[in-house]
Amino acid sequence: MSILADRDTRVVFQGITGSEGSFHARQCMEYGTNVVAGVTPGKGELKFDNKVPVFNRVIDAKEQEGANASCIFVPPVFAADAILEAVEAELDLVVCITEGIPVFDMVKVKKVLSGKKTILIGPNCPGLISPGKCKIGIMPGRIHKEGSVGLISRSGTLTYEAVHQMSGLDIGQSTCIGIGGDQIVGSYFADILKLFEKDARTEAVVIIGEIGGTAEEDAAAYIKENFNKPVIGFIAGQTAPPGRRMGHAGAIISGNRGTAAEKIAAWEAAGIHVQRNPAKIGETVASVLKKTGLKT
Amino acid sequence: MNLVTPQTGQEGQKVKQVLVEQGIEADRQLYIGIVIDRALSTPVIMASEAGGMDIEKTAEKTPEKIIKTAVDPAAGFSGFHARKIAFGLNLSRDLIKQISGITAGLYKIFVEKNCSLIEINPLVITKTRILLALDAKINFDDDALFRHPDIKELFDADEQEPMELEAAKQNLNYIKLDGDVGCMVNGAGLAMATMDIIKIAGAEPANFLDVGGGASADQVENAFRILLSDRNVKVVLVNIFGGILRCDRVANGIVQAAEKTGLKLPMIVRLEGTNVEQARKILHQSGLSFEVAATFDDAAQKVAKCASAYKI
Repeated sequence: MSILADRDTRVVFQGITGSEGSFHARQCMEYGTNVVAGVTPGKGELKFDNKVPVFNRVIDAKEQEGANASCIFVPPVFAADAILEAVEAELDLVVCITEGIPVFDMVKVKKVLSGKKTILIGPNCPGLISPGKCKIGIMPGRIHKEGSVGLISRSGTLTYEAVHQMSGLDIGQSTCIGIGGDQIVGSYFADILKLFEKDARTEAVVIIGEIGGTAEEDAAAYIKENFNKPVIGFIAGQTAPPGRRMGHAGAIISGNRGTAAEKIAAWEAAGIHVQRNPAKIGETVASVLKKTGLKT
Repeated sequence: MNLVTPQTGQEGQKVKQVLVEQGIEADRQLYIGIVIDRALSTPVIMASEAGGMDIEKTAEKTPEKIIKTAVDPAAGFSGFHARKIAFGLNLSRDLIKQISGITAGLYKIFVEKNCSLIEINPLVITKTRILLALDAKINFDDDALFRHPDIKELFDADEQEPMELEAAKQNLNYIKLDGDVGCMVNGAGLAMATMDIIKIAGAEPANFLDVGGGASADQVENAFRILLSDRNVKVVLVNIFGGILRCDRVANGIVQAAEKTGLKLPMIVRLEGTNVEQARKILHQSGLSFEVAATFDDAAQKVAKCASAYKI
């Protein structure tokens, strides 16, 4: 099994006719994702690659093609609007890849999301993949392998590195989710861990954090109280100097809060198997699985 | 003269302009500011009776001395927010109206100008019972600058590290550090992890450099030039996990840059992902001298070996 997306997920691409959107829509289709529609306002009635219908509105994609998940490749200026449209159409899942959305736009989006059924992943994230079933994102599909380890990460390429290490050791993944590196994102570690807890097929979870914010500390609190599967963790930025911004809006340390040392201590106190060496994430997963008698 | 404060880092920042103001006799120094609280996903107004130079220490050591009130973005700023701050600061009645006006004004600017931080520190109570801002700071959300051309105009290149400024022009994310291993990586998370592994292997990173997801050969060349302009760099590590970024492009960029800059430093290259075979071929045929690392771990070991050889 997997969480959030599988063979039955019907995906609409918002921004399917843009250069990024069209490239990645094709990549996802090639991987086997059920891309049922696209949305580009003003270009409705077009057929993308002569087969995928394009609509002016998200609601049309839902009503006419049964879309229940969206992947957003809309420029930052219009991205919050695109998310809100998908939420209003009551899609189950919205994955926003767009980088550079103003923080205050996300403040408003978060407010609208509360109490709604839609789960938002991102923005500024690589998306998610349930290997062998469905890819809604920009990650290279071929490095993944179907299996039973879940993965949640704030990073993009570092996630690929971790997946690559696992697949190389024949450890497959149930679902891999990049939650995004921005200050405000739709879903945090704890939100996704709840879903992994319920997924019978997921036997262990890898979480990859970064300096800045308190998402890692919140994850630790949740895991300590509610999560019963083994968790393996890595936190990037152990050597980052305080007060400097390292790329993501997220990766900034202010004062003594949000440091890697603090986060690692919180994770270890919650029983998470923390690996400090990013080249040994795969090995650590293997040894934890072996110790706990789980198969991959 | 270099000014060193908790915001500048240890090396401090050169002072280029001085503002001279009349002296003020103050009874009390307060702090008031607004930031976005990540956990709540809303703006939060913060205030403290212990304003002044040591507000960071106050926040860390005695967080109970900071009053906080979150503002729901849908309902916006309301009178009770101001009252919560005013009475929390133990202000006498004659100052309530003043602090309310200041708080409401700060929130208005915060939202209208897409600020990431706005603060008055210190906000003093003068002998003549007036609330006066003696110093203030506003940070803006870079991602929202497209809405505020007036703010964009205020940018002062003089206040930036020149190499970091040059990198920003090329859409590269570069931060200079103190070590001697120059690294070029794609993605912020992997770039930080690369810094971490260099340190674990016993060497020191010279920089953080994220070439981003869609880098062209030219951009890789620019990244190289910036990285090499740091004279402390003695070893170069390239660590690329190609997802969107194709490894063959990176390889072309490396070859271009090495030829144009006459690279003499030892270089370790670790490429993985999209079009990696073509990339290896390009590097191999270039005649450049470099070491290929098979894995992330292997790359770190090779870097450490190079770095320690240099030190001897």
